[in-house]
Amino acid sequence: MADEALFLLLHNEMVAGLYRAAEHGEGENGRCTTKLESMGFRVGQGLIERFTKDTARFKDELDIMKFICKDFWTTVFRKQIDNLRTNHQGIYVLQDNKFRLLTQMSAGKQYLEHAPKYLAFTCGLIRGGLSNLGIKSIVTAEVSSMPACKFQVMIQKI
Amino acid sequence: SSELFTLTYGALVTQLCKDYENDEDVNKQLDKMGYNIGVRLIEDFLARSNVGRCHDFRETADVIAKIAFKMYLGITPSITNWSPGGDEFSLILENNPLVDFVELPDNHSSLIYSNLLCGVLRGALEMVQMAVDVKFVQDTLKGDSVTEIRMKFIRRIEDNLPAGEE
Repeated sequence: MADEALFLLLHNEMVAGLYRAAEHGEGENGRCTTKLESMGFRVGQGLIERFTKDTARFKDELDIMKFICKDFWTTVFRKQIDNLRTNHQGIYVLQDNKFRLLTQMSAGKQYLEHAPKYLAFTCGLIRGGLSNLGIKSIVTAEVSSMPACKFQVMIQKI
Repeated sequence: SSELFTLTYGALVTQLCKDYENDEDVNKQLDKMGYNIGVRLIEDFLARSNVGRCHDFRETADVIAKIAFKMYLGITPSITNWSPGGDEFSLILENNPLVDFVELPDNHSSLIYSNLLCGVLRGALEMVQMAVDVKFVQDTLKGDSVTEIRMKFIRRIEDNLPAGEE
């Protein structure tokens, strides 16, 4: 889809641009991931607002997580999360075997150390989406072999 | 969905405004990032659209407005204000999807919010051997009734062949 291509290019340029600026001393390196995550957060909040105008209330936390895995992920990445696991105590692991933001990078272990840069925005996206659904969380991601990756969501009881 | 792009773009501009002290620097960054996107976007565009080589700047204008803008942003700007020499024209956007729900705060009056687009167009056209100058001359965000992008053809870029080749 054409507009997906545009978003992918924008996302990748955002990552590249931030790191470029950090190299030239316009900010520290560690802050790049934070900035990307915050941007994702804002976007996640905005997206959820538009989505859930017409949707019925969710039954429970698991229902919300399923929504994120299906409807939300499909709208953003044109596919669903491949696997959702939970310990039923507030920790969820969302597995995407062909994560759209990584498929162009490599298959396997090449460039693995760069992968986290490309996940930060999406971690924020999930966190922002959940936040607007009344859930406070911490979201992290890990990649062991591209383009598969796992997003871990830890629900914070307020 | 194009909302994802619009929202992401908004988040980017907001972040850049935090990172850079003045609007001019933000404008430059947006242009640079747009350029980097444009040089890659052109490949995607050519692959999707199957348009052949444009024979003149008028054809280029048509392709940009009727095919490219439609494909990526879902709008078809109108083409107006051709210069007598045929090397300059304006794209008029009745509505700019990038600025849905956006308001410029008072302290950012020099910010060219959608400046990424100028860079994208410039970068994309450079890859098809055209050096152009692109800039916003009207902006609904600043109170104008339409958004107007002015495009000027500067020169043809000759292919740089490696030394020793024909």
